[in-house]
Amino acid sequence: MATAGLHDSELGELQRRLIILRVGLLLVVALLGLQLWNLQIREGPYYRDLSENNRTRSVIMEPARGLIYDRNGVLLANNVPSFTLYVSLEDVKDRDQLIDQLSSLLGLDEALVRKKLTARGSKQLPRKVKDRLTLREATLIESHRLDLPGVMVQVESQRNYPGGTTASHLLGYVGEVSPEQLEKPEFSELHQGSVVGQYGVEKFFDRLMRGQAGQKSIEVDAIGHEKRTVVVEQAHAGDDLYLTIDVRLQKVAENLLGEESGAIVALDPRTGDVLAMASRPGFDPNVLSRELTPKQWAEIVQNEGRPLNNRASQGQYPPGSVFKVMMAAAALETKTVTPSTTIFCNGGYQFGRRTYHDWKAGGHGSVDLRHALVQSCDVYFYTVGQRMGIETMASFAHQFGLGEETGIELPSERIGIVPSEAWKRKAKNEPWLPGETISAAIGQGYVSVTPLQMASLIGTVANDGAMFRPRLIQAVMDRATGELHPRPAELKRTLKLRPGILPVIKDALAGVVKEGTATKAQSALVTIAGKTGTAQVAALRTGPEKDIPKKFRDHAWFVAFAPVEAPTIAVAVIGEHLGHGGSASAPLAKELIETYVKLNLHAPSNVKDGAVVQVGDAGGQGTR
Amino acid sequence: MIDRGYMSRSFDNFDVRFIGLIFAILGIGVLSIYSVTHDQGVAFPFYAKQVVWILLGTVAFLVMWLSDYHRIARLAYPAYAIILILLTVVLFEGRSSRGAQRWIPMGPFAFQPSEFAKLVLILTLAHYYSQAPRVGWLQRVVLPGLLVLPGLLLILKQPDLGSGLSFLAIYAAMLLMVGMRSKAIGVILLFSLMLFPFAWEIMWGSLHDYQRQRIMTFVDPVYDTGGKGYHALQSKIAIGAGELTGKGLYGGTQSQLKFLPEGHTDFVFSVFAEEWGFLGVLVLLLLFVGLIWLSLEVVARAKDQLGALLAVGILCMLCFCMVINIGMTAGMFPIVGIPLPLMSYGGSATIMTMASLGLLLNVKRRRLSFF
Repeated sequence: MATAGLHDSELGELQRRLIILRVGLLLVVALLGLQLWNLQIREGPYYRDLSENNRTRSVIMEPARGLIYDRNGVLLANNVPSFTLYVSLEDVKDRDQLIDQLSSLLGLDEALVRKKLTARGSKQLPRKVKDRLTLREATLIESHRLDLPGVMVQVESQRNYPGGTTASHLLGYVGEVSPEQLEKPEFSELHQGSVVGQYGVEKFFDRLMRGQAGQKSIEVDAIGHEKRTVVVEQAHAGDDLYLTIDVRLQKVAENLLGEESGAIVALDPRTGDVLAMASRPGFDPNVLSRELTPKQWAEIVQNEGRPLNNRASQGQYPPGSVFKVMMAAAALETKTVTPSTTIFCNGGYQFGRRTYHDWKAGGHGSVDLRHALVQSCDVYFYTVGQRMGIETMASFAHQFGLGEETGIELPSERIGIVPSEAWKRKAKNEPWLPGETISAAIGQGYVSVTPLQMASLIGTVANDGAMFRPRLIQAVMDRATGELHPRPAELKRTLKLRPGILPVIKDALAGVVKEGTATKAQSALVTIAGKTGTAQVAALRTGPEKDIPKKFRDHAWFVAFAPVEAPTIAVAVIGEHLGHGGSASAPLAKELIETYVKLNLHAPSNVKDGAVVQVGDAGGQGTR
Repeated sequence: MIDRGYMSRSFDNFDVRFIGLIFAILGIGVLSIYSVTHDQGVAFPFYAKQVVWILLGTVAFLVMWLSDYHRIARLAYPAYAIILILLTVVLFEGRSSRGAQRWIPMGPFAFQPSEFAKLVLILTLAHYYSQAPRVGWLQRVVLPGLLVLPGLLLILKQPDLGSGLSFLAIYAAMLLMVGMRSKAIGVILLFSLMLFPFAWEIMWGSLHDYQRQRIMTFVDPVYDTGGKGYHALQSKIAIGAGELTGKGLYGGTQSQLKFLPEGHTDFVFSVFAEEWGFLGVLVLLLLFVGLIWLSLEVVARAKDQLGALLAVGILCMLCFCMVINIGMTAGMFPIVGIPLPLMSYGGSATIMTMASLGLLLNVKRRRLSFF
């Protein structure tokens, strides 16, 4: 071509310059190769790890929590399926936007959602944002799936208490493990969002009932859609509990208290089985097991009735005249008095410059031990107490189980106070005053007890001195083996009293109901023995009871056992600010004992292996 | 030499190797596209379409190969004018995708003028330099620069950063191959450095947010996995996870589970690297190097300046795209939308690339056809 020849020299130059291009290109390709060698060979394992994490998401499979039954196999706590909202942080593209979307879709508090998503913890594990989604909310989330990368709705089991407020203090409630709890060794295997027992039996037996979480690996694509699921580890359900309570008796006990604050405990003295343990006011564990806002929580905690307080095991009250049961036994054992010793009561007891009054203004006249118990004569016990001294009283009180834990399977049991010289020095750093012995002799002053201790005390008396540890659990169903393990009753101690002392006292206590301060406890169905008590709230009292503002009125005690001849139930009742035990609490105890008799609960235990297990299985997997 | 008629040598061993390499790379491309789109669930999935593009590309290849490249070059200016018109049309009538207007709809398909603009630019510049001896500043640098400018601006306006860079690369490569005195190179470098801040301002200002983010997060893609550095990191993970032997066909979880974006287009190399590992990557790089080597041979033995410039322009354009594409998937460069020649899915790019290679081979064929 004509034009070609014109620039032959330039063509030659160009072709000579080609060497630069050759070297340059080879160099660049070599660089590419080097970088790829870096990525694939040197850092290959690292990127392979990243890619594995990219495609799989670990999801925790929450174990089904153990179920709770009453002594007859009636279901008290189970699990129902519910929707839980999780967020997998790794898949979230824009966290702020997601927080916005979630709070507006579900009407959640923005700060709360943010807190959940930003809390410390593993990035690999999904964060629980909300449980108990309604079907509508779950559908809403699912339909916005594509706009919500990283959001998952999981079906999980949710704790459910079919009885509502029934036995709330016993059963307790569950809740998410708190950050503080997570740092403790017993919760080490748990993770943020794990549900643990936070109160009652749920808390005390959490280890048993909790079960073991499993894990599954979900292969997901970039938008978080599940492609395949691999179960890494199966979840193991927790063990089931069979309580000693009879839920029918429990309900009656709660209804007897009604709107009043107080507690009722019923035991089988032969085994220590707690047949009923009511504390009012109560709460609905279904509500507390849900996630509460700080406001809701504050309302419950600051409620004046203190519904979260289990008055049966945590309420500490002066025992008042109920203390005289123990005092009588101590007086006889120490031979301070004999059953026939009489003491004259003129309505007051002079000690030093002070007069200690009897509750009965004119006095009871000449009283022996039986009369003193039947009429609850204070002067008799002032005298006896003064003769025995505080140390002797204290040692007997301890023997009767006061000032110590009963050993019930509930968290944070209180022990009350058995005053002594040593106690006062330690607690108040003051010397013991002689007059305080006299107050203590009738269960006032520093003495304080829990209703459970009182029930145990009267039960021990009824059971001729054999004290069984009060127990709530009669059997545990091992989910792994499917075996039912009955838990034996535990004899705690036998009172060191000479024979013949307790029959005298039991006879006197029968007299209390027959002809004494608790005639309102008389029943046509069964013979009942008992002792009234009045726990002083305010030291100074003027005018008749009904004129005193309710919060200063006395607490009304009544302890009882029945049938007198062969006791199978021991009851302690305390009604806060209800005044006299004989008028306020005795009728409640009678009602409860009559119910017990009508229900024919004499047999020590209703667990018949086969029958109970069947109930458990029937309610089993479906409701877990 | 003269008596060897070109008909008898029209299909020699060199051509077989050249065409063989092209189709080997094309085949690897289709395989990788198939791997990510085989479950696409539409009647006409990407891999099938790509096969159609390759068939059309083969026609273009044959046309460009068997025509006289001098005659083709004579059409350069009118072709460039048409391309400029099309680039203007696309700004107004174009179909947009992710904030950029690059396509002119044509029935069920869309035509991307910026791809063809690259080839036309090579033709134009080669034609310009070979028409007459271009001497002096004005003729060597400024005039061709003015030729490049309107096309470059129109492409940046879309915006299409990748094609824009290719445009500049073609211009720079041709300029360097035509040759400049070292003094001239020095002056250009100086001016470039002085103008760089202004150019940067204009460039940066004209970029879309997503382009800026891509460049910024190139610095540290691990910083925010879910956000801006996402593509860069996912691509590196895909390549790295391939390790020595790869995860096998369909075994690439990064691409199969869609963590890797654009697995069939810009990131097709990552898909391949994840599935076939470093060994596969070596084979692929060798294929590319082989093609480059044969192309360099064509340039070295070009009979006239037009042929040499055409061949070198095409060679540089394809090398630039390959290096930038692989480099960006491997985390060496920011992510700009430059497809991998012969492998990435795309009608315009595939047809243009094959037409270019046809033209390149044409230069070699004509070398022997003295008359």
